[in-house]
Amino acid sequence: MERVPILKIGGVLLVSIQIDLQDQSVLALQEDLAEKISTTGAHGVVIDISAVEIVDSFIGRMFATIASISRLFDADTVVVGMRPAVAITLVELGLTLGGVRTALNLERGMKILEQVRRDA
Amino acid sequence: MPPRSDGPEELSITGDDDVVRVRQLVRTYAQQTKLSLVDQTKLVTAASELARNTLIYGGGGFARVEEVNDGRRAGVRASFHDEGPGIPDLTLALADGWSSGSGLGLGLSGARRLVDQFDLDTEVGRGTVVTVVKWKR
Amino acid sequence: MTSDAGHAPRLIELLRTNTESLIDKWVDAVAVLLRGRSTKAELESDFKEFFAVLLPLVGTDGRDTSRPEFAEIRSLLEEYSRNRVRSGFTPSETASSLFSLKREVFGLTEGDEDPELFRQVLEFSSLLDALGLLTFEFYARAREEIIREQSEQLLELTTPVVKIWEGVLAVPLVGTLDSARTQVVMEKLLEMLVETGSEHAIIDITGVFAVDTQVAQHLLKTVVAARLMGAECIVSGIRPQIAQTIVALGIEFGDIVTKASLADALRHALRRDGVDVVRREVV
Repeated sequence: MERVPILKIGGVLLVSIQIDLQDQSVLALQEDLAEKISTTGAHGVVIDISAVEIVDSFIGRMFATIASISRLFDADTVVVGMRPAVAITLVELGLTLGGVRTALNLERGMKILEQVRRDA
Repeated sequence: MPPRSDGPEELSITGDDDVVRVRQLVRTYAQQTKLSLVDQTKLVTAASELARNTLIYGGGGFARVEEVNDGRRAGVRASFHDEGPGIPDLTLALADGWSSGSGLGLGLSGARRLVDQFDLDTEVGRGTVVTVVKWKR
Repeated sequence: MTSDAGHAPRLIELLRTNTESLIDKWVDAVAVLLRGRSTKAELESDFKEFFAVLLPLVGTDGRDTSRPEFAEIRSLLEEYSRNRVRSGFTPSETASSLFSLKREVFGLTEGDEDPELFRQVLEFSSLLDALGLLTFEFYARAREEIIREQSEQLLELTTPVVKIWEGVLAVPLVGTLDSARTQVVMEKLLEMLVETGSEHAIIDITGVFAVDTQVAQHLLKTVVAARLMGAECIVSGIRPQIAQTIVALGIEFGDIVTKASLADALRHALRRDGVDVVRREVV
């Protein structure tokens, strides 16, 4: 099983998904992130899915789970770079991301996290 | 006219990584058939849901993928076979939000919305076969 | 030579020994028919290929051209018909190219008293009829393809996605929206959001006179999909009749931002981006 690397940039954890996710990798990522947020005290998590070709219900649920976990540590989550075909499919599938923030690209995602932090 | 089939390919589904392999196989067929990117994505996503069902609820099985043609248009057919417990209440299983496992309950009903044809053949104690087709627009 | 199959060689023999002169005459006849729109050289190379594939089929009746032995000639005819469509030939011109061979074969066997040969020529003639009909089929299919391609191109032309401000896209929809068209436009819009990094999209339906449930659903799904990608859609210019339809159909527009006009929608998008439009004091 491949593990998704987590990078720390300032107070933000960046997860860039570059592999075809199998369910075990999804579960491992959730655990790794929870661990990382608690040890680093990060205030934000950005999940970059611009390279992800499909998001099914299992992967979709991961976003909501990660967002809930980070909220427990007072961190915000932004999912960035969702491809149009993936978005259309998710809508058809009937999946909502449960209020997870989204942004068009990494840059916008980082800005949103900054803004949220300033407003808080 | 019976659909023409072009060398079906089979993959066994016994583990997590097989779900990924099924996705890749279906993607290859969808590209070969020149489905639009959105349709490719829909079909692969449906296949992912169904392959996971086969693994989790059916206790494993296999997927069969093939190109089909009904004389007017080309398409991709994927079927998912298991010899698991079967589905006792279909209406319930196909309803949104119902799940016997840990899922969101979007697996079957969601997959059905993503494809053009959806057939479910199940018998309690014998197993389940789900067949889906996506036609080229 | 008693069996039916045993008799077939007579015609085949004739066709084989006279191949060159037959093809020459055939090319001449068709060149006249097409009034110089195909060169003799083109016709000759096409017909030579045909003839080679056709010879082994002599003696088979053309009742079922879907049989495997017809596969080769089918694909030849398909290509031939497709080229004819693209070059603007009519379907009868296309089929006549094949039928012309008949006359040359009749000429070749004229005066021969052998009733068996006569039977074989008849059979050959009906084989050519069947193949000629096939070209009709292929011709029609190729034309349908072209029409489909063109209507797709037209769709692209008639529904531009334009950038009207930094970070703001607009799609002015005009005319009757059908489900297929709406789907194409909406996919294009979402693609453009990514390409231009725009966070706002205005779907202006001022020019749309009717909306059915499916179209409304596509619009709604697009708005939700855009949101998943991190962009906001505004729907502007809903006509009163359409508003009534939407309500009557029981379609929930939910928390989607709607504005009366494209201008209002643009103002809304700019404000969301922190841009205020103010009139300069004129002195």
